[in-house]
Amino acid sequence: MRLELEKRSEHSALMTVLSPVVALGLTVVAGGILFAAMGYNPGEALYAFFIEPLTNQWSIEELLVKAGPLILIAVGLSVCFLSNNWNIGAEGQFTIGALAGSMIPILFHEYTGPMAMPLMVLMGALGGMVWASVPAFLKTRFGTNEILTSLMLVYVAQFLLDYLVRGPWRDPDGFNFPESRIFDDAHTLMTLGDGRLHLGFVFALVAVFVIWFMLSQTLKGFEIKVMGETPRAGRFAGFSHRGIVWFGFMVSGAFAGIAGMAEVSGSIGQLTPVISPGYGFTAIIVAFLGRLNPIGIVFAGLLLALSYIGGESAQVALGLSDKITRVFQGMLLFFVLACDTLILYRIRLIKSAPKAGGAHERA
Amino acid sequence: MSALEPILLTIITASTPLLLAAIGELITERSGVLNLGVEGMMIVGAVMGFAITAMSGSPYLGVVASMFAGMAMALLFGFLTLNLMTNQVATGLALTILGLGLSGMLGEAFIGQPGIKLPVLHIPGLSDIPFIGTVLLSQDILVYISLALVAAVYYFLFKTRAGLVIRAVGDNHTSAHALGYSVLKVRYLAVLFGGACSGLAGGYLSLVYTPQWVEGMTAGRGWIALALVVFASWRPLRLLVGAYLFGAVSVLQFHAQAAGIGLPSQLMSALPYLATIVVLVIISRNQAVTRANTPACLGRPFSPDR
Amino acid sequence: MSKQGVPSSDAVDQPVLVKAVSISKRFGEVLANDSVDLTIREGEIHALLGENGAGKSTLVKILYGALEQTSGDIVWRGNTVKIANPADARTLGVGMVFQHFSLFEALSVADNIALALPKDTDLKALPERIISVSKKYGLPLDPNAMVADLPVGVRQRIEIVRCLLQEPSLLIMDEPTSVLTPQEADELFKTLQRLASEGCAILYISHRLEEVQRICQRATIMRHGKVVNECDPRQETPASLARMMVGADVHAIKSTSEITTGNPLITLRDLNLPADNAFGIELKDINLEVFAGEVVGIAGIAANGQSELFDAISGERRVENVHAVNLLGVPVGKKKINPRRKLGAAFVPEERLGHGAVPGFRLSDNVMLTRFSTEPSLLLRGILKRGNAAEMEQRIKVNYDVRMTHDNPEARSLSGGNLQKFVVGRELDRKPRVMVINQPTWGVDAGAAALIRQALIDLARTGAAVLVISQDLDEIYEVSDRIAVISRGQLSPAEPANVMTRERIGMLMAGMGEKNTSKSDEGQAHAARA
Repeated sequence: MRLELEKRSEHSALMTVLSPVVALGLTVVAGGILFAAMGYNPGEALYAFFIEPLTNQWSIEELLVKAGPLILIAVGLSVCFLSNNWNIGAEGQFTIGALAGSMIPILFHEYTGPMAMPLMVLMGALGGMVWASVPAFLKTRFGTNEILTSLMLVYVAQFLLDYLVRGPWRDPDGFNFPESRIFDDAHTLMTLGDGRLHLGFVFALVAVFVIWFMLSQTLKGFEIKVMGETPRAGRFAGFSHRGIVWFGFMVSGAFAGIAGMAEVSGSIGQLTPVISPGYGFTAIIVAFLGRLNPIGIVFAGLLLALSYIGGESAQVALGLSDKITRVFQGMLLFFVLACDTLILYRIRLIKSAPKAGGAHERA
Repeated sequence: MSALEPILLTIITASTPLLLAAIGELITERSGVLNLGVEGMMIVGAVMGFAITAMSGSPYLGVVASMFAGMAMALLFGFLTLNLMTNQVATGLALTILGLGLSGMLGEAFIGQPGIKLPVLHIPGLSDIPFIGTVLLSQDILVYISLALVAAVYYFLFKTRAGLVIRAVGDNHTSAHALGYSVLKVRYLAVLFGGACSGLAGGYLSLVYTPQWVEGMTAGRGWIALALVVFASWRPLRLLVGAYLFGAVSVLQFHAQAAGIGLPSQLMSALPYLATIVVLVIISRNQAVTRANTPACLGRPFSPDR
Repeated sequence: MSKQGVPSSDAVDQPVLVKAVSISKRFGEVLANDSVDLTIREGEIHALLGENGAGKSTLVKILYGALEQTSGDIVWRGNTVKIANPADARTLGVGMVFQHFSLFEALSVADNIALALPKDTDLKALPERIISVSKKYGLPLDPNAMVADLPVGVRQRIEIVRCLLQEPSLLIMDEPTSVLTPQEADELFKTLQRLASEGCAILYISHRLEEVQRICQRATIMRHGKVVNECDPRQETPASLARMMVGADVHAIKSTSEITTGNPLITLRDLNLPADNAFGIELKDINLEVFAGEVVGIAGIAANGQSELFDAISGERRVENVHAVNLLGVPVGKKKINPRRKLGAAFVPEERLGHGAVPGFRLSDNVMLTRFSTEPSLLLRGILKRGNAAEMEQRIKVNYDVRMTHDNPEARSLSGGNLQKFVVGRELDRKPRVMVINQPTWGVDAGAAALIRQALIDLARTGAAVLVISQDLDEIYEVSDRIAVISRGQLSPAEPANVMTRERIGMLMAGMGEKNTSKSDEGQAHAARA
């Protein structure tokens, strides 16, 4: 018996929609097995993980708070990934966006005018863009692999954050804790509802709409998809390779930067050595689970946010390690990638021996 | 001499995990597969190595466990990219994310536990020779394995028929298939070898480098190993030089910190990552060399029907 | 080679080497081979004739073990055999030279040959064996050379030597002359005849009728997956063979009216372009004028600078000297492709899937691909008007007979011929004043090819300048008013088609015209029009 893939002549529209759902189903099944193996009642554990957080208002609000940065970063990444640029350093761009956005509240904390907040958003975006410009520049100028450079910069960004909160930006009145001063109200993002949810979620929704419109209706979106699928045809259409590398990195860098700024300004309220539970990496999963489609990314972002809350909830309810969250996230991405194969291929089981296998032993 | 010895010893210790992971990835990439999941395979190798050592008391069993853990991860990667023809870049990332998650969960019970260090293989007579003996011949088994692997991989790739087949598959999988070679089989073996080496590299971290389990202890070394393969333009001997150069940079950075150079420690810690970027830029500036050495099928999925 | 001294002049009375009995092969819905019978005798050169898609390649791959038949038997020297993979085939004594070579560019000639030989081959002695075989059959080779550095003709020699070292009883050659100059082809024929005289059977796949008539004793003709005829090609005429292949008379392309040429619409003056990668070709001092109303054909063997020339004219690659490329009277050397399109130029590249069209995009989006810059109806302030693109797609589909199973499918799902009709139709639909097309009918069935060639001639007769780059000499002769030859990045002066003999083109392809490209181009062109 062996598995054989048969190429479909066109993309399967059904599978395009179904694949993430199947992947989620498989993840739940695999998760149940995992829970059972660890000696928990799988039904109980899955309930605590996936359902319980949705039963109270506090958790739902928390869900949206966490979904905000995930969606915002993932929408930016989708532009990058669609154009076949592998920016996997969104975590670093998020960090630098947070640092740049914190300049006003930390260095110029007396300035509390009405322009403070818009300036902070702008700084956040610029910070992310500056950090993303390094891999973009190196790729367009020298052909350097952007995967490795963007990732290396994540570590550098984290050391920079660590240096600042332990050194020059440390709160002088903070009893030597490695933290910045707590942001002034004028430097805190406007909140919605009970006070946890902040404007960052609105930024994410705006980004979703803008990118959805761009990708589906405009020449720029067309260009991104052509360059991603077949750069040679893109050149034939008169599109520029360099231009699209820069565009993808700038959009994803700006969005990640804004997300970082919104996180410190809206959720944390100060700079600390750790400001992200890996949003920049989880957003990669969100982007793929959402099929690089802004609307899909909204659902995927909510689901991945649920995996964070679910991890905490399962920890409280059953004493499970919250590390399980990351395992779920990893499994989900694996299943999504595997199921995406079904969009372009049919799977068949064939009973004969492989055709070209081991040919030479007998020669 | 005596001041130099400890520095050289730490350079060897810092270089060995990079060398192990990179030599495995070199074979994987030579067969045309880009496995970006080195970091994930390494960290799972690290946690399994530590766990089995802690449970059995034998660091050698731990080494074997780390190797199989890396291979298990590689098998998963192989199934997706080779059988299901998924995107290799995305799947490699998935492998890293999954590996970091899995290791965190598996290792939770071992946090803070004292580890057992892989013993130095004392070679009677030889290990006592000043300098040469005390530095080069007083190492644990994994150091010797890593060096032997470089030589073996060099011989295998360029002097044996099987090595020729791997290079052929990486250069043109369609032709290799047409000649009757099983592209899938060759690539599976190469991916598994890469996984085994990455697992060993992880095991080295948790059994020698810092004999304990710390979450995320690979700290980007898997990614640096990937960069090293590019730096070495897919050649084993250059890889040896590259890995030791990098080991030296990261060690000197420690010593500079200890010596109290006025720079912030974080800047020094960021040095290996910055150095990686610089090295990648230098290498990619020389397009002619890179292009001529890159396996032509690297990262391209193979399906026999076309 | 296996049996020495078997006469080859007429092998009808020779023992049967291999028989394919009622072979069928199904791919999903498609029956690529439908009860095919084929008999090959020792020492004969047997032609397998048929259009693209007739099922020749499928049959051959089954004989070579690269595909497994759905039903039917292969009988080898009287015994039914199972050829499970290419290694089995080689053990039996079947060697194959592929149309698209199965070579490894990064490896040496010796390594490439070693990979095709049995595992226990003595690699140290291999270089000497290579040299001795290549000498014996007139196929000079350097075992240590890297394939990447070798021209196409030499690469074919590697493939042939690779087969010969296995001392085959049956040598399969898939369209071997498509990459050779006529002179190189002559050399190949000598090698083949020598092999046949030693008893080796040769299965010769081609659609070039003259060659088949010249060297083959038997021919099996396939159409739509079936064997439709078997004959002695020497007893037939090219027309009768063509009729068997196509199933009907191929209507000859006709030039409708007297050629009246006008101003030069494409002018290349001392065009130079460096190679853009290690395997690329450098263009050197190219001069050419194409006048309104005429078709100029550029002949040449694969990879002699055709795609570089196309890129330079289309603007996919720009050149230092603005005046080196002039389209419709405007110097455009530094302009990108869309400004050139806006002047009224249209371009069709060689690779239709992946260059001319995006495989995963619907046809209407592929209309958008090349026409958004010239059609105001497709783009309004950066926003796409997809409905209008779909209308254009409908129009192209009807006017150029693009067949599809359902409306507006993805480009990848179209057959080669239909996609080519679409890609060409998409540009002709604009009624361009300049048309540059590379390999207009590569891999396209005869019907579609005739339609495309006719459309190109018709376009020229409406006053457009048409430049056709093609490796198919028959095509060049069918469509061209003047012919130039490209060889290693240099272009010979364009001369009237009626003075360009095949022999002369062959010499130019082999590089005889290089370096003496004088300014005679214009003079000859004017002389031709006078």
